[in-house]
Amino acid sequence: MLKLSLTRLDDLFTVIADKESLYLPVDTAVGQAQFKKWESGVKMSTALNTVRSAKDYFFPQTENIVDFRIQGKNIEIVDTRNESEDFILFGVRACDAKSFTILDKVFLAEPADTFYKSRREHGTVITLACTRPEETCFCSAFGIDPANPAGDISAWIAEGDIYFEAVTKKGADRIGIFASLLKDADDSAVKAQKEATAEIMAKLPLSGLNLKGFHADALNEKFRSPKWAELSKMCLGCGTCTFICPTCQCYDIRDFDTGHGVRRFRCWDSCMYSDFTKMSAGDPRHTQLERFRQRFMHKLIYFPANNDGVYGCVGCGRCLARCPISMNIAKVVKTLGDE
Amino acid sequence: MQEIMKKRAEELLQDGSVNRILGWKAGEFVYDITPFVFGSAEELDQGFVYNDFCGNNLSKYLVSESRKEGKILAFLKPCDTYSFNQLVKEHRILRENIYVIGIECGGKADIDKIKANGISGIVGIESCGSGFTVDTIYGRETVEKNSAFLERCTVCKSKKHVVYDELIGEDGEVLDAGRFDMVEKIEAMTTDERFEFWRGELSRCIRCNACRNVCPACTCERCVFDNENSGAASKASADTFEENMYHIIRAFHVAGRCTDCGECSRVCPQNIPLHLLNRKIILDIDELYGEFQAGEDTETCAPLTAFTKEDAEPGTVNKKGGN
Amino acid sequence: MQMNEVSEFKPKIVAFCCNWCSYAGADLAGNNRLNYPADVKIIRVPCSCRVNPMFILRAFQRGADGVIICGCHPGDCHYTSGNYYARRRMTVLFSMLDYLGIDRGRTRVEWVSAAEGAKFAATMNDFVETVTNLGENKRLGDLRCRK
Repeated sequence: MLKLSLTRLDDLFTVIADKESLYLPVDTAVGQAQFKKWESGVKMSTALNTVRSAKDYFFPQTENIVDFRIQGKNIEIVDTRNESEDFILFGVRACDAKSFTILDKVFLAEPADTFYKSRREHGTVITLACTRPEETCFCSAFGIDPANPAGDISAWIAEGDIYFEAVTKKGADRIGIFASLLKDADDSAVKAQKEATAEIMAKLPLSGLNLKGFHADALNEKFRSPKWAELSKMCLGCGTCTFICPTCQCYDIRDFDTGHGVRRFRCWDSCMYSDFTKMSAGDPRHTQLERFRQRFMHKLIYFPANNDGVYGCVGCGRCLARCPISMNIAKVVKTLGDE
Repeated sequence: MQEIMKKRAEELLQDGSVNRILGWKAGEFVYDITPFVFGSAEELDQGFVYNDFCGNNLSKYLVSESRKEGKILAFLKPCDTYSFNQLVKEHRILRENIYVIGIECGGKADIDKIKANGISGIVGIESCGSGFTVDTIYGRETVEKNSAFLERCTVCKSKKHVVYDELIGEDGEVLDAGRFDMVEKIEAMTTDERFEFWRGELSRCIRCNACRNVCPACTCERCVFDNENSGAASKASADTFEENMYHIIRAFHVAGRCTDCGECSRVCPQNIPLHLLNRKIILDIDELYGEFQAGEDTETCAPLTAFTKEDAEPGTVNKKGGN
Repeated sequence: MQMNEVSEFKPKIVAFCCNWCSYAGADLAGNNRLNYPADVKIIRVPCSCRVNPMFILRAFQRGADGVIICGCHPGDCHYTSGNYYARRRMTVLFSMLDYLGIDRGRTRVEWVSAAEGAKFAATMNDFVETVTNLGENKRLGDLRCRK
């Protein structure tokens, strides 16, 4: 393990930003944290997590795919992709880091999404262990340990120092960018923190969230449950949950008429919207109940069935905090779970 | 208060006056309240709650609920009653299918403001006089209620219920609470400062559409933003223009019909102060066309669907504010 | 009208003109050979009341630097009261745009009757000059629509 005094955090950021673009959680004027690009003077946020996850950096909300330029009867096809440069994400929490591996299963499966793949290859994820989880956290239900956040390089802030450990080969490479600032250290402070965090996790109200009934064999039973009616009744269909969720990955491809051509772009879409996957025959799900059910069936049953039991949720708790009517996956699990 | 409401609801269910109750349901933690339609006394017993976190405006659910069979009981706070009247005026809800009980409200709390004090790991919140006692896994904290009100409650415009079949608690007065102070402050900025302010706020918008979906004035069966033929349809704001356009159009579509219930700002996941856009229009209407409060009654014509021969010319707005 | 200096920037102006008064006024200006800049694109609508705020925003999105709405004089609307509604609507809209930091001079409403050819030309000249001085519309434009 390697460490650096917290007082020298700015030096660390300066050294990293010199080589590659650095993005980390920063407090906004309204008391929330968002990922922003680091520049001299920017302070890292001490908030537990950002409102939007860092998936933007691999899967941006809007992304140009191709341009068509029209001149008379000629159409020119222009590739508007800008070659990504290397960048570093700092301060990613365990839940978000796990969400990247879930998105990988979707975007990197053959045929791979080249836009996502390029960004993923250029990006290095430096995670930060949590020390003060909130009541809305339930990452442990999905086998995620906030004290061992994974990513490419893991970091822990303990007793006035920040400790680093490379996890992947890419991490071992990249740590070379700032290794000159770090000193060798024993891991006793980190071990103590991991134990303390484990104790806190056990006390969280949702630590007992039980996913036992959610597996492929239960598909029909869960699908036909009469309890979906009461769960989905007040859903506004707004899409907030899908946009702040780190694992939601649906997108739409749209054409924009620029007046002198067409710009084809993709943008996040939400399965909560009434025109989601609308086809010439109409949309497949007419009621909010069906749309609501679809989202949670996907995260809890369809996705794990197709992906070796990996659930489509990481327990980050953002939907618990931000849904206008306080409906969320934890309530769905509790209502529909096996007795 | 909660028990009185629950008891009254059970009575009305029992005697058959209503067959459903529109109220609030408790969640996992004290503050995650879900609006809910209760169909039986058991359901009420299991989940009905009325506490300092019941900020949801229930009026909009009546658009679909009042069209179902039977009568529904709706518990409405003073601000909710204005939205109710507005919806009746627009023929969006069927008044005869609703039994309105007006309920007292001393202001609702904003859990983000409580957490902004560095409080996390909440396992319980109790109301104690003028404050909250918050139990967390990291210790116990106290927070003064008036530091934790929702923004709209800090400038509450009225404790008066403008419509009810029955009241629980006291009826109050219309208040003058300075809710246009921030609007006037922005008006006094220079054009460039205003642009910077709004770019800073609206650039955070993620087009989740929560503000539109929770707004009682936005009840169009097919919204302009979901209509491919409107020219304004988009799922995401692809650039700064679209970020502005969505909010300008939405504020304009509700102009003169917005009752200033504050739900849009409460639900925004990015904490954008959307009420400042709607209040600006309300202030303009008050100044130019006479004081008007949408939802005060069900008869008065909304200002943008009326006119006088002596209305101000559009150029008059240029005389206002800084630069 | 003489310009004191040759200006590089030529603004794009969209003018919504009601068919009965202001469009006829524009026609009269043409008949009388009164000059006004060719950058003014006229869109004929049946009444100034037809103008939806979304039209104005779309004009700005697609590259307009200024938008002007011309209608009959209040009291003389061909449809009796259309321009009264338009007056209220535009007042609220312009105030909202101003509040968001869009320069005030970029939007205008002018009442021009069918007999006021000279007023039409003078209005357009004045509006073009105002918008030229304000410069290109960067705040309400859509970058994707630029060439």
